[in-house]
Amino acid sequence: MSVLSLLLQAATDLAPVAKMGAGIGAGIAAIGAGIGIGQIGKGAVESIARQPESVGDIRSNMIVAAALIEGVAFFAIVVCLLILFL
Amino acid sequence: MILSFYRIKSLCPALWLFGMLCFFAPLAYSAQTNVPEVTTDTAAIGSGHAEKTSGKFNAGEMIIEHIVDAHEWHIAEIGHTSISIPLPVILYSDGSLHVFSSSRFHHGEESYNGFKLETEGKNKGKIVKVLADGITPDESAALPIDFSISKNVMSLFISVGLLMVIFISISRSYARRKDHAPKGLQSLVEPLILFIRDDIARPSIGEKRYMRYMPFLLTIFFFIFLNNLLGLVPFFPGGANLTGNIAVTMVLALFTFVITSFSGNKAYWKHIINAPGVPWWLKFPVPLMPIVEIVGVVTKPFVLMVRLFANITAGHIIVLGFMSLIFIFGNMSIGLGLSVTPVSVGFSIFMGLLELLVAFIQAYVFTLLSAIYFGMASEEHAH
Repeated sequence: MSVLSLLLQAATDLAPVAKMGAGIGAGIAAIGAGIGIGQIGKGAVESIARQPESVGDIRSNMIVAAALIEGVAFFAIVVCLLILFL
Repeated sequence: MILSFYRIKSLCPALWLFGMLCFFAPLAYSAQTNVPEVTTDTAAIGSGHAEKTSGKFNAGEMIIEHIVDAHEWHIAEIGHTSISIPLPVILYSDGSLHVFSSSRFHHGEESYNGFKLETEGKNKGKIVKVLADGITPDESAALPIDFSISKNVMSLFISVGLLMVIFISISRSYARRKDHAPKGLQSLVEPLILFIRDDIARPSIGEKRYMRYMPFLLTIFFFIFLNNLLGLVPFFPGGANLTGNIAVTMVLALFTFVITSFSGNKAYWKHIINAPGVPWWLKFPVPLMPIVEIVGVVTKPFVLMVRLFANITAGHIIVLGFMSLIFIFGNMSIGLGLSVTPVSVGFSIFMGLLELLVAFIQAYVFTLLSAIYFGMASEEHAH
């Protein structure tokens, strides 16, 4: 019975559930950004180790790729903020 | 001939200041002459005032207040009096223009001339029309069109004035110091200008065509960079979060989109509408590939807009959140508040340094991607 009443409450009063969804979404976006930028860092550090004289080129490419991936993560953050405040 | 050109250039900042004065003086004058009509609608609206005097610190509200646009520039709050610069309100409604100072609204407590600053509900922060009693908003009327000089607009004027002063003086010193080494402000800005030319424009657009796009790329880079930096300064004239306003970033992305479209050559449009090498059944009868390509053309500037807006706004929210930790803990007990202060200040400094890096990187990425789009649009294809 308590499970059913919980479901009923969730079905009728969804605002707190929406906020929880926003929080979980932001967390998943952070995980995605972390994995992506971690792989960029791994590739960059490995290629610097293979060819130390191209540090400058690799560094700028790494920063550009990190900024692009962060852009995608921020999309998800913006959607979660919209859920929270609209 | 040359002398008069330099005289015009040196007059530009003075002209701009004069223009600003001409613009604001009649506003101030009209704000004063409207005094006799005030008596009919100064009905005090008490509800908006209650939350301010309750004293409880509301972190979410404080953060939102610092991120969004406003009709006055709030400087400080000493005790119960708040010091702020009231900015002009310019409204167009029912075919007539209303111009007055936002101090008439008394922070949303009083209505003026049939308008009121809404402090809660779905129109929060906007100016709405009120019915004859001066308190209840007129639900059936449309919102007046708001052309006010708000905080963001004022910050835009300030940063544009700063940019003009810096760059006009640099161009004058380049002309005066021909064949000499750069000196002063020149040597501060020259590495950045050369960086944009040699590492962004030339590789992305190509040797033959990059000079056409250099003015736009330089303008966009320095505009975004300066506004990002000004947003980090906590006191007037900084701190207005201009590049965190999605309308501003939308206009910047719109410029990139328009220039990309106008510099597209035949090969560019052919690749969008009728891409070579794609099987015919993806283009006819249902033009799947053209639809995907057109969505791609619109998505790229859209992503530029959201990336800049989200990076800057999120950075400000994080720094403000760290600072409000002190007050949240202070509400629980003074001791907790004091002990969390070094942690909060440390995090805020760290985030501030990160924000400096983000300010530069976002300007760089916006400029770089714009240059890449220009290069792709005008590229001569050697199939």
